Amino acid sequence: MSQKKLSIRIDGELISALEGQTILEAAKANGKYIPTLCALEGLTPVGACRICIVEVSGVGRLLPACTTPIQEGMSVITNSPKLTLYRRISVELLLVERNHVCAVCVSNGHCELQSMATALGISTVRFAYNYPKLPADLSHPRFVLDHNRCILCTRCVRVCAELEGAHVWNITSRGIHARVVSDLNQKWGESASCTNCGKCVQACPTGALAEKGRAVEEMVKKDDSIRSLAHRREVQA
Amino acid sequence: MKKVKVATAWLDGCSGCHMSLLDMDAVIISLARKIDIVYGPLVDAQEFPEDVDITLVEGAVSSQEDLNRIQKIRQRTNLLIALGDCAVTGNVPAMRNSIPVNKLLQRIYVEGAQEGKTIPTLGVPPLLKHARPLREFVKVDLCLPGCPPPAKSIVGVITNLLEGKKPEANLTLKFG
Repeated sequence: MSQKKLSIRIDGELISALEGQTILEAAKANGKYIPTLCALEGLTPVGACRICIVEVSGVGRLLPACTTPIQEGMSVITNSPKLTLYRRISVELLLVERNHVCAVCVSNGHCELQSMATALGISTVRFAYNYPKLPADLSHPRFVLDHNRCILCTRCVRVCAELEGAHVWNITSRGIHARVVSDLNQKWGESASCTNCGKCVQACPTGALAEKGRAVEEMVKKDDSIRSLAHRREVQA
Repeated sequence: MKKVKVATAWLDGCSGCHMSLLDMDAVIISLARKIDIVYGPLVDAQEFPEDVDITLVEGAVSSQEDLNRIQKIRQRTNLLIALGDCAVTGNVPAMRNSIPVNKLLQRIYVEGAQEGKTIPTLGVPPLLKHARPLREFVKVDLCLPGCPPPAKSIVGVITNLLEGKKPEANLTLKFG
C-alpha cells in the first residue's frame, strides 16, 4: 500500500512528503534543519521542550514541528527572529528552573541542553534563577539520577516504555513540581521492573541520568544502539 | 591617543577568570599600549576609580560587601562585562543557595571543623541569602560565560570594544 503524497512548503521551498508525517519528519527527509531537544529518533514525539516550534501560515500560534502532522498546502517557516526569540526563551526557562551547573557536571561538553543554549546564542538568561532544593537518587548500583539536571524531556520514560518494554520511568506531579520517578515513586535501586539496560541513561540529553563513577566532562552518551534498535523495529513493523 | 580605562573585579569566584585573562600571554603587551588597567586584583589601586570605561567582573554576588562593590562599580563604569559563569549564572557559588545560610555556616565551621568551632564574624562580610549573578542586581552590558571563558574570547571582546565594534556579534559562547 503506497502512502498518499502531500505537497507542502518549507521556508518557501515546495516539497512533497508522505501523509501522516510530522512537520519535523518532512523537514528532515528534505534536508531542512529544525532544532530539537526532547525528540529522539525512534521514540514517539511528545512536544515537551518547545524548541522545534515553527510558524505555520494561517495559524495564529507557534506549533511544535515534532507533533504537528503535515497537511496538504501547508506553508511552514522554520527560522525567523520570532522563532529564535521563543526558542531562546524556552531554553532559558529550562536553565533557570533547576540547577544546571555546567562547571561541575558529568555531561559538561557533551550536553544537548548546553549545546542548544550556545547554538541559540544564549549568553545569559532574562529570568531570575529558581535554585530549587532537589535530590539525587544514588540507589542504583550502576547509574545515578540527579533531578537538578533534569529537563523533563521524557526521553527516559519513552525509551524504557517503547524500546525496552519495561516502563520503569514516569512523571509524577504537575508544573514546577513535576519529577521523573521510577516504578511507583520508589528508589531506582529497588525497582522490580528495571532491567539495568541503561537505555534511559544513553537517551538522556543532559547529565540527569549518568553512569556512576564518571567525573566532570566524562559522561559521553551513546544513542546509536537506541537508533539502530528503533530502526529495526520500524523495519519489522 | 588617550588610553582606555579598564578595571577588573573579583567577587565570589575562584579567580580562574582572572587566570584566563592573564593567559592571553604576550597579547597583554600590545593591549597595554591601548589600555590602562586602573583597578583590580592585578594592580595596586585601593579604591575603585571614577569614570572607568570597561570593567570585567568575575564572580557571583554572594555577600553584602559584593553587593556594595558591584553597585559602586556600576555607578563608576561605562560598560560592565560579566566575566565567566559565576558572574553570568551564579555557577558554583550558587550551589549553596538551597541551604539556609545559618545551617551552611554551622555545618562547615562548627560540625565540620576539627578545632576552633565558631562561625567567623570578624573581618568577614555577612553572606546574603543567595549567591546570585550580577544581572539580578545591576544592569550588565555584556555577558561572557565560561568556566573560565577562554583567553581568546576575552581578548576578542576587549579588541572588538577598542575597535568600536559590537562584540556581541563575534562572541564565542561556552558554558562550563
